[in-house]
Order: sequence, then structure tokens, then C-alpha cells
Amino acid sequence: MGRIIKHVILGFALLLAVSIAFTPAAQAAKEVKIGFSMALTGPLGPAGKAALLAMQIWRDDVNAKGGLLGRKVKLVYYDDQTKPANVPGIYAKLLDVDKVDFIVSGYGTNLIVPALPIAMERGMVFMGLFGLDANAKFKYNNYFQIMPAGPDPIVDWSRGFFELAAKQKPRPKTIALLSADAEFARNAVAGARRNAKKFGFKIVYDKRYPFPGTTDFTPILRAVKAANPDLFYVGSYPGGSVGIVKAAHEIKLEPKLFGGGMVGLQYTAIQMNLGKLLNGITDYWFWAPEKTLKFPGIEAFLAKYQKEAPKQKLDPLGYYLPPFAYAYVQLLGNAIEATKSFDQAKIGAYIRNNTHSTVVGDVKFGKNGEWATSRTFQVQLQNIESNKMSEFSKEGKMVVVYPEEFKSGNFIYPYAKGK
Amino acid sequence: MLSIEFLLNALIAGLLLGGFYAAMSAGLSLSFGLLDVVNIAHPAFIIFGSYLTFYVNEHFGFDPILAGLVFAVPSYFLGVAVYRIYYNCFEKTGAESLRGLVFFFGLFFLIEVILIITFGVDYRLVRAFYIGKSTSIGSVGIAYRLFVPFLVGGILAAVLYLFLTKTFFGRAIMGVAQDSLAVQLMGVDPIRIKTVAFGIGIATAVIAGSLLIIIGPVEPTIGREYIGRVFAVTVLGGLGSMTGTLVGGLILGVAESFTSSFFGPSWALAVSFGILLICLAVRPSGLFGR
Repeated sequence: MGRIIKHVILGFALLLAVSIAFTPAAQAAKEVKIGFSMALTGPLGPAGKAALLAMQIWRDDVNAKGGLLGRKVKLVYYDDQTKPANVPGIYAKLLDVDKVDFIVSGYGTNLIVPALPIAMERGMVFMGLFGLDANAKFKYNNYFQIMPAGPDPIVDWSRGFFELAAKQKPRPKTIALLSADAEFARNAVAGARRNAKKFGFKIVYDKRYPFPGTTDFTPILRAVKAANPDLFYVGSYPGGSVGIVKAAHEIKLEPKLFGGGMVGLQYTAIQMNLGKLLNGITDYWFWAPEKTLKFPGIEAFLAKYQKEAPKQKLDPLGYYLPPFAYAYVQLLGNAIEATKSFDQAKIGAYIRNNTHSTVVGDVKFGKNGEWATSRTFQVQLQNIESNKMSEFSKEGKMVVVYPEEFKSGNFIYPYAKGK
Repeated sequence: MLSIEFLLNALIAGLLLGGFYAAMSAGLSLSFGLLDVVNIAHPAFIIFGSYLTFYVNEHFGFDPILAGLVFAVPSYFLGVAVYRIYYNCFEKTGAESLRGLVFFFGLFFLIEVILIITFGVDYRLVRAFYIGKSTSIGSVGIAYRLFVPFLVGGILAAVLYLFLTKTFFGRAIMGVAQDSLAVQLMGVDPIRIKTVAFGIGIATAVIAGSLLIIIGPVEPTIGREYIGRVFAVTVLGGLGSMTGTLVGGLILGVAESFTSSFFGPSWALAVSFGILLICLAVRPSGLFGR
């Protein structure tokens, strides 16, 4: 009888051990958790949701190949509502409650900066998604930012615009600067101001407009027109970019070079609405379906993204942010695989000291965690004939005119000729 | 820089913008100005109108103005339903001052969330033959994108003015605003009158939404940008005065345009609200308030 009881107890113990081993908690322990905040609502919500989809595609790609060092990847994320104040709490929760293994940033400078001190305090590798000089004050050596702005991001961001202008004959002499009153746009125009001085262009108009809060840009652009600049550099957000392009056409504002730092012109919905009005504008760009930008894996990624995006009501083409959102987690994953380790210091050193092949091309980071050399393209919108989406998925519409090594077509100058 | 041409263009741009501000504020002037209902969700209804307009423009090619007018009818009933809830839950029990305000705040966020879930968070725009085109009278340029909302806004304010001053029902609304008890003693149900007036206010908000999306792109949370402006126009013009709403809108529009043109756009909002503060100090009831 005693032996029977002993066997029953043993059997129960075995059953308990087996069931514990297969509980979700035990399974979860085998996952690599990557935590982040993301703007899923608020002004940056449209781009943030597209970034999330890209990261989910990467997760599925990695998990289909067996995960990272044999462990499946799990993304743990919370909506920061595009509010910087929400970010510290989210990262504290990710690290202390969700016990994530890695953290990456949300989208945009304003939402990266509040998370950086936490990453520093915990000594964690921190991949940044589209931050403009976010590490300037922290100088954290395990911060790596995927946007190809370059080592001096504020200045490098607009350098191409000014180099293009300086090459034209007769050489333009004057410039107007207009920015939204928000951090990114102010930084972009601050860099443009420095470039204007460096290249010897006289600033004839330099103002900011309230953001949010500007309904109509006509009076502002009339003031720009009255200043009669040769160049017009704009740092704006999507709503403002649309208003500025429309108002410029309505009042026939025709500087010789127009664009620069206008966020939103890269979004498909806005491109489809503006259509022909975009012709001739030269703006910063990160990727376009041009022959010079066919990096390994980009087309396969975009095919997956474009299949899913319409279902989630996201940017249907996804050329702006999604490839970089894929790349910043791809790069982290590759570093984990290459070091065969989950050690933050080892991974950080590996990312710092190597060139990384990603869907957005080869990436090498400099000392401040920005790209070692700038690769911000200047794209000129050319030959747009309709408002159809197919118009913007073709080659020859978003022509790379800077830098020389990625140039995919000729620059049309002045702007009026390209309209 | 200070040419007559420049000045005239700034004036016209301001007037066009002001007409649109008046259209946005007309409904609020009814609910807040006449009925004392602090409908803080008014801008959210405007954005709701923008999205309805976007939907039928995108899928069926409806003209935005036509869409706004068509949707104004069901929106009236939506407004009626909202007011009935507000009345039964708050006004009837005398809890409208704070809890009613919270109700409209909640409604604001609810509308935003519904729009986000239904349409996504992307910017939405419409197409119409007049968007992107402009004309000139002498040296003054007029963009149709702004002229059409100005025109519709002006007509809307005029129709509401005539309705309030020339029709029995309009006078009844004014009567409720002045002395609800007296109206009740005359055998008129003030709650019914207020319900109808609130419904009209929401209907005009939806029309204003169709005008907003003609001017520029919208996203679900953009209504927050307009809370200050619509209340400023309503208060500046004088609570409950349609003429005041139109004039208040034009003043704010011209002030913004002049400031943007001559001193830089950063000061535009500060100057507009500065005018409001001065007006309130000199004439607390607003320009056309009683």
C-alpha cells in the first residue's frame, strides 16, 4: 500500500514538473522580449503605427527562421500617444514589470530623449528611430540612431539642399527660412541657418509659425514672396507641408529652389492628394523606388508591408519610416546573432565597431550614435502626372538628386521649370 | 514690403480665413451663447463632419460642400440625441456646470477614438475642382480653397441670423436664452426648443467640418487646435449673436493674417487672443452681446 502511495505521489510530482515546464510562463522565459513605446495615436500616430507594422514583420521574419539564438522574439509595446511625458513611465514598466531583455526607442526626437536617461542608467543598448541629435547632451555610447542624418545631424540634414543650390549658375544669393514652432522643425531650420551662412546665402526671411495652430499659410507665404528669396527652405510637419505647397501654388510663389525639410511629402496619402503640385519641389528623403536604392531585402520587406498596410489603414506604400523601423530592430537582431550573446555591453561594442548590412543599406555609426556619414537624400519630385497611387510607386518620380553616389536622375533648376 | 498690394492681400486672406472661423463657431454660438451649454466637444463634431465628408468624397466622389449639407440632416438628429442625454443626466438634476463639462470632454475623446478606429490615424484630404485653383482681382489673389469656405460660412451665418430673428422657432430660441421661465409660462416647452437649437448647432458643426477639410488635411485629434479659437470667436462676437460671431471670426482672421504678414506668424495666435482679452476688458459682453 505504501509503495502504491509512493508511486502516486511520484506520478503527481512528475505531472506537476511536466506541466510547469510547459506553462506559458516557462515558454515566455525562452522568448527574447524587446520593449518600446510607440506613438500609435496623436500627431505622430500615422507614422508610428506604420513603424510598428514594420517591426512586427521583422519579428515574424526572425521567428520564422528560429528566433534569435534559438529564442523566439516577442515585441512588448505601449502607446505613448506622442506625449513625451508618457515615455519614462512606459520604459520603467517595460524594464521592471515586463522584464524585457532589450529596449528600442519610439518614433521621433521628442519621444527618444525622455527614454535615453533610463537606457543609460540601466546600461542598455538603445536603438533610436528617427531622432535628430537626441544624444547631443547625453553622449551615451550605447545609443544608435537609424535615421541617416549623419554625425552632425542638425547641419547634415540640410547640407544636400545647400550643396545643390551652390552648384547652380547663376549662383543663388538669398534664402528664406520658415519653420514650424516644434523641436524637429526648429532643429532642421537651425541647421539650414548655419548652412546658409556657411554657403554664403543671405537670409532675407526667417520666421516660425505656430504648430499646431496654423490654419492658412497664404499670409505667411505672401510675406516670403515679398522678400523675393532665391531659395526657400521649409521645416514643416505634414499638415503644414500640405498647406504650404497649396498656398505656394495659389500665390505663384516660385523661388529657384523650394523644399528642404518638409515632413509629409513622403507620405502616400499626401502625395496622392497633392499630385502634380509636388513637381519641382526638392525635399529630404530616405528611400524611394529608384534604381540606385535597391538595397538587399528592401523589396521583400516592402512587399510584405504593402500587403498588410491597407488592412490596417496605414501608408500603403510605406517608403518613409517603415524600412528604417525594420532596419533598427534588424540591426539589433543581427548584433545579437553575431555576438552570440545577450550581453548589452558586447552587443553595444559590436554595433559601434562594425558596418551593418540592413534593408536600408550599409550602416556604420559614428561616435555620437548617429550615422558616421550622412546619407540624407535630396529628392526632386518630377513628372508626376496624376493623383493615382501607382504614380508614386514608379521609378523616375522621386528622383534622387543628392548625393552623387545615389543620384538617379538629373536635377531640374529652377523650381518653376520643374513644376 | 509695405505695399498696398501686400496690405490688400493680407486683408483678403484674413477675411477669407475669418469667414471660415465664423462658420466653425456658429454652432457653438447657438449652444454656448444662447443655451448656456458648454459644448467643449464642438470641434470634435467639426472633425467628425470632416471625416464624413472625406468618406463620401473618397468613395463616391461627392463634392465636399454637398456632402456637408447632406450630412447636416442626420447630424441634427445626432445633436438632438446628445442634448437629450445631457439634459436627462446633468441639466435636469442641476449638475450641468462641472459634470456636464466633463460629459462633453468625454464626448470629445470618444469621437476622437471612434474616428481613429474607423479611419485610422493618417491625415485625410479631399478633392474638388476648386481646390488648388485661384483667381485674381487686380493684384489681389483669391484661392478658391479659402473662398468657398468663406462663402459658405457667410451664408451659414446669414441663414442662422434670419432663422433666429425672423422665424417663430428662432425667436423662441432667443426667448429661452433670455428668460426660460417666461417662455415656459407662455406654454412653450423650453427643453424642446433647446433640443432643436442644439441639434442645429451640431448640424452646422458638420457643415464646418466639410469646409475645414477643403482648406487642409485633417487627422482625428486636430479638433483640439480649434477649441480656443471657436470659443474666442463666440465670446469676442458676443454670446448668442450671429452677427457678432461673423464679425468676431473676421476680426480674428484679419488679426492672424496681418500679424503673420507683417510681424511673423509666431505672434499670430498671441495677437488674436490679446484682442479677445482687450475686448473682454473694455466690453465684457463681447462686441454684439447684450
